Amino acid sequence: MKYQRDPVRIRKVLGDKVQFIQGDMAVAYGGLVAGVSFFGGYPITPASEVAEGMARLLPRVGGTFIQMEDEIGSIAAVIGAAWGGVKAMTATSGPGFSLMMENYGYAIMTETPCVIANVQRTGPSTGQPTLGAQGDMMQVRWGSHGDMEAIALAPSTVQECLDMTIEAINLSERYRHPVCVMTDGEIGHLREKLVIPDEDEIELVERRTPKLPPGEFLPFAPSQIDGSKVPDFAAFGTGYHTYVTGLTHNEKGFPRTDKQPDHERLVMRIIEKITDDRKRFVNIEEVMMDDAEVAFVTYGASARPARSAVMDARKAGIKAGMLRLKTVWPFPRDEIMAVSKKVERIIVPEMNLGQIYHPIREYTDQACEVVMAPKIGGEMHLPHELAEYLGVRT
Amino acid sequence: MSEMIDANEIRRKYLRDGMLPTIFCNGCGHGNAIDYTFWAIEELGINMDDVALASGIGCSSRIPGYINADGLHTTHGRALAFATGIKAANPDMHVIVFTGDGDCTGIGGNHFIHAARRNIDMTVILLNNFIYGMTGGQLAPTAPKGSIATTAPYGNIEQPFNISELATALGAAYVARWPIFYPYQPIKSIKEGIQTPGFALIELMSPCPTAYGRRNKLGEIDQLWAWYEQNTILIEDYEKTMRYGTEEEKAAVKEKFLIGIFQKAEKPGFFEAYDRMVKKLMANDDAKWGGGGAE
Repeated sequence: MKYQRDPVRIRKVLGDKVQFIQGDMAVAYGGLVAGVSFFGGYPITPASEVAEGMARLLPRVGGTFIQMEDEIGSIAAVIGAAWGGVKAMTATSGPGFSLMMENYGYAIMTETPCVIANVQRTGPSTGQPTLGAQGDMMQVRWGSHGDMEAIALAPSTVQECLDMTIEAINLSERYRHPVCVMTDGEIGHLREKLVIPDEDEIELVERRTPKLPPGEFLPFAPSQIDGSKVPDFAAFGTGYHTYVTGLTHNEKGFPRTDKQPDHERLVMRIIEKITDDRKRFVNIEEVMMDDAEVAFVTYGASARPARSAVMDARKAGIKAGMLRLKTVWPFPRDEIMAVSKKVERIIVPEMNLGQIYHPIREYTDQACEVVMAPKIGGEMHLPHELAEYLGVRT
Repeated sequence: MSEMIDANEIRRKYLRDGMLPTIFCNGCGHGNAIDYTFWAIEELGINMDDVALASGIGCSSRIPGYINADGLHTTHGRALAFATGIKAANPDMHVIVFTGDGDCTGIGGNHFIHAARRNIDMTVILLNNFIYGMTGGQLAPTAPKGSIATTAPYGNIEQPFNISELATALGAAYVARWPIFYPYQPIKSIKEGIQTPGFALIELMSPCPTAYGRRNKLGEIDQLWAWYEQNTILIEDYEKTMRYGTEEEKAAVKEKFLIGIFQKAEKPGFFEAYDRMVKKLMANDDAKWGGGGAE
C-alpha cells in the first residue's frame, strides 16, 4: 500500500501542540507534518536524534524508517523513495554529509525532490562530534563535483527547525532539487518551546505530475504544463516508464554524453530553474536595520549572540543592526548589495573561519567594509565578543 | 503462462524505443540476460507498469536503459540502496536490479551484504564477468587467481569473491548461479527470484571477450563459452563427486565454479515484516485513542 498522509493521525502521534523539545526532534516533526513517509538514516552525533525520532514516529503514521548501512546508502534510499513517488528525507552531520556528496550530486542531476538535514559539527574529519559548527556552508554549495546550484536553509531556533524542514520539503517538491536544512549541533541539541502548526496553518507543495500521456511526455524537459524550467514528475509505477540517469541526458532522459550543447543545455536548465526564481527564495530577517550604520550579516546559531550584541550596542548608542539569512543558498546577492550601500561596515559572525563571508564580500563589491568574525572549536560566539566588533567597550 | 509468442514479438514488447544499439561488444553475455528477463516477465504475465528497475555503473548497469519500464540508473555500487527506497515507496512493484560483479561486490559490497541480510524484497540479476569491462579491463574482486587485468598486469594474486556463497551465508531468500549460455535455467531462476518474497540473487556468469577473454587468452567466442562449460559444475554433481568420487575426480572438480540453486528459503521479506509492525502499531494507537483512531 502506498503511503497516504493522514493529518489527524500525524497530529495525534506528535502529541501536545506546545512542547519543550530539541531542535533535532523538531526536524523530525517537521518532516512528519510535511508528509515525509520515508526516512533512511545512519547514526551520527549530533544528528542521531532526528533518526531516532523518525524511527519512533514514522511507523505509527504508516511511513517507513530504515537504518541504512551508511550515509551513502541513506541518501540513495531516499532518492529511490522519491522516485517511488513519496516525500523522503535523511539527516546527518559532517562526516556523513561528506559521504552523501556523491548522491547529492546525483539528486541534483536527476532533479530528485528530497531533503537532507545537516546538523553541523566541527571538522575537518571527525572533529568534535558533540559540538556545533557552521563549517559545511560551502560544502553544501560546492561539495559535489561539477556545476550546480544549491538550496540551503539555516534555522536559528527550535521552532525554525520544524518550520524550515516543512519549507525545505516544499522547496524540494517545487524545484525538484535536494534541499538542505543546515542546522548545527547547538540548535540540534537545544531545547526550546515548539508550537506544532495545525493543518490550516501550513501549506504543502506537491511535485507536479505529467499532463501529457506516456509517449508525449518528456520527463526532463521544461514543464509541459506551463513551460517552467522545472520538469513535471512521473513517479515510478505511474505507467510512464521513466528512465533516470546521472549521465548527461536529453529531454527523454536518455544518455547523451559526448556533445557539448547537450550538457550545457541540461546543466543550465537545472541551475536556472533556481536562479531565475532567485527573488522567491529571499528569506531574510532584518533587526534594527532602518538606521543601522554597522550590521551583522549572519545565519543559524550565530544569529543568536549577534542579536544580543545588537541590543547591547543600541543601549550604548551605536547604530547597529542585523541581517539574518534564513535562506543562505541561493545567495541573496541583491539584498546584500543593497545593505552594503546603506551601512559603513558589515561584520560576519560564523562558526567557521569565514565561509559566507566570501560571497558577502563578492556581492558588496567594496561598497562597504566587510569584516569576518570567525569562531571555531565548538563554542558559539558570546554576545560580548560580538558586541566588541560593533565598538561596544566592555 | 502466456500464449505462444516469438522472439521478435518479445523484443518489440519489452525493449525501450530509441535506446538501441546497446553498448555491448560481440560475444558479451549481457544481451542474453536482457532476453532471459523478458521471457521470465512474459511467462509470469507481469505488467511492465508494475516493474521498477535499478542499476549502478558499468556495462550491465546500462540494461535498464534498454527495457521499457521505469528505471533508475544510479551511482557506482549504490543500486541496491536506491532500490530499497523504490520498494519502500512502492511495495507492490517488482523491483529488479541489474548490476555487475565490480559494481555490486567491489564498490557496492556493503550495500549488497546489508540488502541481502535484511532480505529486502528485490530481484538482483548480477552479471559476473570477472572484470571491469566498461572502463577497459581493470581487476575485479571476482577475478580468478592468476587473471590478467590492466591493473593486475602480472596476474591476480588476490582471493576472489564467491558472490553466491556470500549471499547464501547472509540468508538471502533465493540464490542461484548459472552461466549465461544456458537459457532455460536462468529464465526459471529469474522467474523464481521475482516470485520469492525477500532478496533474490541470480548470478549470471557472462563472458567479457573484449576486456577479459582477450587478455587472458581464452580464445574466440566459442572457445570462451567452452571455457565456462569446462570450469563449472552443477552443485548436485559436485556433491556427488565429493561424496563418492575418487581422489582424482575430487581434485578435478575442486576448483570449478558451482552452478545451480544455492538457496531457496521461505521467509518473509523485509517489507512484509515491516508492514506487520506498522499495522500492529496503528491498531494499538487506534485502541488507545478510543476505537475511532484517525479520521
